[in-house]
Amino acid sequence: MSPRLRAIVMRLVQAIPVVIGVVVISFILTRALPGDPAVYFAGAAADEASIAEVREAMGLDKPLPQQFLRYVLDLVQGDFGQSVSSGQPVITDLANRLPASLELTLTALILSCAIAIPLGVLAAKKPGSFVDQLCRVLVTAGVSLPTFFTGIVLVYIFYYLLEIAPSPLGRLDFAYIEPDSITGFYLIDAAIAGDWETWFAAFKQIILPAVTLALFTLAPIARMTRAAMLSALSSDFIRTAKAAGLNNTRVTYGYAFRNALLPIVTTLGMVFSFSLGANVLVEKVFAWPGIGSYAVEALVVSDYAAVQGFVLSMALLFVTLNLVIDLTYSLIDPRIGFESK
Amino acid sequence: MTLATSRRNFLKMSGGVLGASTLPFLKSLPAQAAGKDVIVAVTGQTINSLDLHRKGTNRASYQVAVNCYDRLVSFGTKEAPGGGLSYDYSKIEPELAESWTVSEDGLTLTFKLKKDAKFWDGSKVTAEDVKWSFDRAVSVGGFPSVQMKAGGLVKPEQFEAVDDETFVIKLERPSKLTIPDLAVPVPFIINSKVAKANATEKDPWATDYLHKTPAGSGAFKVAKWMPGEQLVYERNDDWVGGPLPAAKRVIVREVPSPATRRALIEKGNVQLSFNIPNKDAKELADKVDVYSTPIENCMHCVGLNYTFEPFQDPNVRKAVAYSIPYEEIFQTAAYGRGAKLWGGPETIDSIEWPRKSPYYTDLDKAKELMAKSGFASGFSVPFSISLGLADWMEPTALLIQENLAKIGISTEIEKIPGANWRTAALVEKKLPLHLENFGGWLNTPDYYFFWAYKKGHLFNSSNYLNPEIEKLVDDTLHMPMDDPKYAPNIMRMFEIAFEDLPRIPLWQPALNVAANGATDYEFWFHRQLDIRPLKGV
Repeated sequence: MSPRLRAIVMRLVQAIPVVIGVVVISFILTRALPGDPAVYFAGAAADEASIAEVREAMGLDKPLPQQFLRYVLDLVQGDFGQSVSSGQPVITDLANRLPASLELTLTALILSCAIAIPLGVLAAKKPGSFVDQLCRVLVTAGVSLPTFFTGIVLVYIFYYLLEIAPSPLGRLDFAYIEPDSITGFYLIDAAIAGDWETWFAAFKQIILPAVTLALFTLAPIARMTRAAMLSALSSDFIRTAKAAGLNNTRVTYGYAFRNALLPIVTTLGMVFSFSLGANVLVEKVFAWPGIGSYAVEALVVSDYAAVQGFVLSMALLFVTLNLVIDLTYSLIDPRIGFESK
Repeated sequence: MTLATSRRNFLKMSGGVLGASTLPFLKSLPAQAAGKDVIVAVTGQTINSLDLHRKGTNRASYQVAVNCYDRLVSFGTKEAPGGGLSYDYSKIEPELAESWTVSEDGLTLTFKLKKDAKFWDGSKVTAEDVKWSFDRAVSVGGFPSVQMKAGGLVKPEQFEAVDDETFVIKLERPSKLTIPDLAVPVPFIINSKVAKANATEKDPWATDYLHKTPAGSGAFKVAKWMPGEQLVYERNDDWVGGPLPAAKRVIVREVPSPATRRALIEKGNVQLSFNIPNKDAKELADKVDVYSTPIENCMHCVGLNYTFEPFQDPNVRKAVAYSIPYEEIFQTAAYGRGAKLWGGPETIDSIEWPRKSPYYTDLDKAKELMAKSGFASGFSVPFSISLGLADWMEPTALLIQENLAKIGISTEIEKIPGANWRTAALVEKKLPLHLENFGGWLNTPDYYFFWAYKKGHLFNSSNYLNPEIEKLVDDTLHMPMDDPKYAPNIMRMFEIAFEDLPRIPLWQPALNVAANGATDYEFWFHRQLDIRPLKGV
């Protein structure tokens, strides 16, 4: 086994206690939520008897330790339980909705990186210049505008007034059939199928929500890029490189930027995780069938299995994300070895 | 089986033949297609099941039971107050049954099924299917069984399939509610052959199967269902339950944000927006067609809990009723949509319901009554509202709070999370002062009283108990409306209710629907969208 592979396995082993903790905490938290799912799911005109029936059917009449044991046993077999409100296995619900959220979040991140990183670099190279001011304005706006507000304003301007954006009706207008699911990402699936008509339709639908989310994620990335670049540019090795007469571009991008990348990647990881959460509001405005709205709906009706499934899948996602970030570190900076950890 | 859909037949269904064509749409096609043949509706609710009998099925899903399944009978149609059409409780019309007879003693109902009625798979609708479906509705428990019970339908032994086309219901006692109860969404007729083929030992009623794959004879089939996104209905051209719908396809899209729904309907990109907020209804009224139908047999009211000592004092209850700023609430919380329920005549002169209470806003009178009561120095009480219904409850509670303070009753508004509300308000019935709403599906006052004024019944959130009401409701509930005792009994109920005031009526809420390119919208008591009468423009 190569040292790197062993390191990855070690990291995965270290994630096990985290996942166990998440399982226990999510179980206890859902039970501590206000609201009685049995009452809710028994329906509007239910009497005591039918509430008791539902409670029994949901297995909520058993003592908590027993419920927990059943839950864990199911989990071990890869069964996340049944969502009462959707009547589907939770795993199916998540598989349907997670790609929608990921597609939106990743598109927004790519977009905001494409703008924020160059902007941050330029702002750092010329502090106080016009670009620096522009960067400051964007960062302030991005931080202070709530996402749902940005979303509604964008809908109002581009769809309602200018009529250049398509109806904000989720991932595809009703005139199109979604592409056969391979990855669950419409843009990728449609491209694989070579169906550019649908690809373009899906692309048009994703622009506004992605821009909304990008505006929100732009700020931390741009700010971090600027700060990291400033400190890199003022460091000793850059002065040495300049004194040695290396050309400017090489110094900026070869040495300074590569060193600045580490904090930027860290920020990216954090931004990715909180933008998955911030998604909820964007999903509501654009009728985007993502995981955030699913979790909120599940919380409102105390759908235990669905909430637990959501928390658990998010935890697994973050464990993976952190691993990816650590690996990226070692690619960027060869001095960072896994062995030393 | 939902039908596989291909591009070509998606908008201009060629009789369900599947051409696996990948003909791309022309840019202009959606706009043209969404005309006569295709109607797109948006709603804020998620349809979480295609089977109303399943445990955990939410209200929004009731529309599937109506649009995809038939019942033995249905209600007629009338002009609605507030524009548009409405179902007509007083007219029962055939749906799968072509005729029915009631025995002399009212205990045996015999239904003759339509000879040409077919399920989607082409098999004949038989009395055996009806019996299986009714057995299912009374056996699954929960809400469906409770609703069946309201019409005196309790156990499978009451239902008999005499031959293929003759179905008999036997009753314990004759009731005026039985036949109307057959027209509510619950007793829908399922293709029992298909269902039985997909039933298991653990799931004898095929709830897992029917949850995703309806098997009915109704006006529309489900072409595609993506929970949280959309439901695509496709017309069943062989439907015999009523006049063939005009639209070949109806697409119901879920759009959670009211602001987005509003933009869509204003732009005309969708033809119908279902259940829009009162504020939007008021503001959109001069741009698109807005129907605001007062919901029959439904009231928003203030609940005064009898377990809370001051509310056992009739003077206190009346003082509260005279202190409420009705008009302001109606304009602020309801934006003037719906019907006023205050300032009515002192004496009860009709059996109209919901009706205006004899109370109105008069703070001087309220103060007098407080002075006469055993709580002249005032008292304080928590005022509970549901966060899930905050859109009307919050402004209402704030306005009432302000006026109660003027007569010496200090209240603190307690907002209860939606998931908790039913437990606290209706199951435990522990909220001293609260807001409440109940709408009865069967449109008779005695049915409302049965649920909301009888001791221990679910919607009696005030723990109200009055022996005379108990007796009146029991005597009247099953009595035919043309019985000479009926009207006097009902009027006596009204008198007692307005005297005892466990619930103070505020207003009759409206169901608001905006249409832009669709006509013939029809209101139904179940407050879900019936797509069968809709016509594209």
